[in-house]
Amino acid sequence: MNGTTDTPIEVAMHEGERLHISGLFVGFVSGLPQLVFPLVAAVFGVRKSDNPALIPIVIAAVLVLSLFFRWLAWLRFRYYVGDHDIRVEKGILSRTARSIPYERIQDVSIEQKPLARMMGLGEVKFETGSGDGDDAKLSFVTLDEANRLRALIRSRKAGVTVSQDAPQVVEAEDAETIFAMDGKRVFILGLYSFSLVIFAVLGGLAQQFDFLLPFDVWDLKRWAGLAEESGVSVDKINGVGVMAQFILAFGAFSSLIFIGFATGVARTLLREHGFRLTQTSKGFRRQRGLLTLTDVVMPTHRVQAAVVQTGPIRKWRGWHSLKFVSLAQDSKEESNYVAAPFATLEEVWRIAQAAKIEGPDGDERLRKGAASHWMIQLILLVPPILLAMAALVVFADAVFVRTTLLLLLLVIAAFSFWLEWRRYRFGLDEQQLYLQRGWWRQQLTIAPQVKVQSIEIAQGPLARRLGLASLKFGIAGGTLEMIAVPLSTAQTIREAVMGKVAAVDYSAINESH
Amino acid sequence: MTDEHPPELTPLDPAFVTTTRIATALGLLPFVIGAGVLEVAKLLPPGSFLVPALLLYAFIALTVPARKYRRWGYDMGLDRLRIVRGYLFYRDTIVPFGRIQHIDVDQGPIDRRYGLATLTVHTAGNHNSTVALPGLAHADALAMREAIRAAIRQDAL
Repeated sequence: MNGTTDTPIEVAMHEGERLHISGLFVGFVSGLPQLVFPLVAAVFGVRKSDNPALIPIVIAAVLVLSLFFRWLAWLRFRYYVGDHDIRVEKGILSRTARSIPYERIQDVSIEQKPLARMMGLGEVKFETGSGDGDDAKLSFVTLDEANRLRALIRSRKAGVTVSQDAPQVVEAEDAETIFAMDGKRVFILGLYSFSLVIFAVLGGLAQQFDFLLPFDVWDLKRWAGLAEESGVSVDKINGVGVMAQFILAFGAFSSLIFIGFATGVARTLLREHGFRLTQTSKGFRRQRGLLTLTDVVMPTHRVQAAVVQTGPIRKWRGWHSLKFVSLAQDSKEESNYVAAPFATLEEVWRIAQAAKIEGPDGDERLRKGAASHWMIQLILLVPPILLAMAALVVFADAVFVRTTLLLLLLVIAAFSFWLEWRRYRFGLDEQQLYLQRGWWRQQLTIAPQVKVQSIEIAQGPLARRLGLASLKFGIAGGTLEMIAVPLSTAQTIREAVMGKVAAVDYSAINESH
Repeated sequence: MTDEHPPELTPLDPAFVTTTRIATALGLLPFVIGAGVLEVAKLLPPGSFLVPALLLYAFIALTVPARKYRRWGYDMGLDRLRIVRGYLFYRDTIVPFGRIQHIDVDQGPIDRRYGLATLTVHTAGNHNSTVALPGLAHADALAMREAIRAAIRQDAL
């Protein structure tokens, strides 16, 4: 499904609107990191010419050139707000004109990175769900213009024709905050987001740029030497006794833990600060961010399914997250629309209800999957492990008794399959489909049956032996696959859901409004 | 699902066997050529590569397409399209007309020769976003496209 079309047709140049000129500066500054390599290359190029004065000149030339091309691109960029679509024309030499019909726009988001925010600018993105997530963006326009565009698109989508010069329409007319997170909750979420990713980043950087470092960071002896220079001798550490070594190790360990928590809190705070989800007559609007503010709107009828997620510890403390599945992409990291990152179940169901999705209320007849599905997987693991044991004995002269340690793998696998089986549930009631999976990342997906796009019953060679099948539902923007379902049950479920889907007046449910 | 053809399903056009045979034969040709090269290299007694390769090639090209053909089937309902295919990996897909975003009718060079076409329907779902039904008589494919289109239009009214 592709909502946009690229055509080489030029619309007369005199109409349409330009982006804000200060956006040029913002784009230039945020694009500086990309210039590092050209700059380094240029500097290396002139280094040999024995004329140090050339270096600043070369740097300036690269910067000016970049700015010049940005200016050209700005000059050749126009957007038009038409009666039926938004049109964007761009390109310095080869021009593209992209038309995005209003009814295909999934959501409109406004993002303000710190610098843009200081200058009162925002980046407007229109998403159509055609996959690449970069359908059209206006970077940058003034915040007023961004809000005006959004209000305009919303009213156009609703079929109301507002003249283009209409004053600041709607906004907050019937907005009702349905979920918000205060500082304390964001902090707790941060604690749950424990992450040691910073070490991976530092390690990666050290490897990338080790030529800049005065010595080889991976050389342990150098570190020992460094310590000795500052008065700590390795012998001394070795000599302080077991207790002191234990204390040192404990110190190192707890600082690691601290860094992990601190990273989690910092990252969460940056993203989720001031989280607020409001509901208007047209849809959901979510604002969040500490330095980079984002403001994303999603029409209610675009919600295809809800995903409630939690983990063992979170669940014990009563915390869940709620995401909405739709064709639009939330951001690069998250494909679904985060409606509540950290909420109690009660809050989750309240928000879901606003999207016309009900929580499980007992009549959904949740069923367990057939255990044989997992047994087969376990049995399939046996031959490779036996083979590995044999190989170790024959080729590596390993003692047979030691190789039985490999059987531990089987035990671990069996345990995780068992947990998997224990958590797994599928079911349906009159309106919705339910699927619960995972024991570490526990996930409950609820999809209204009328939003199902296609249904497939699939059987592999082993599943057929067991009389099992998997039932795959096509959902716009997500997947829902019931596994380990007895074939007859799968057929019954499919009939029931097809009855719902085919009976629906599609024009009222699907897309265009 | 061991029965050859569920009675409610329409089989594909018999010419599908021929076109699949040609496509399989062409697709496996590189292996035969590879066997020929090994043969020329004279690593083993003459015929030890080419003979089994040719036998296997003939066997696959002759038997597999007919089997494939028997496993395919479709059913045009009033409001849905059902497509069944595969034996080892059995798939039984239903797409309601109202969920179809657009429809393609494709003809490859081999298809054209035998008057066949492939009907592909696209849905908005991430899973099964395209469902293809090969081996239809071209006229049938066009008729099915028109029928689906009419059904969608009626729904939209």
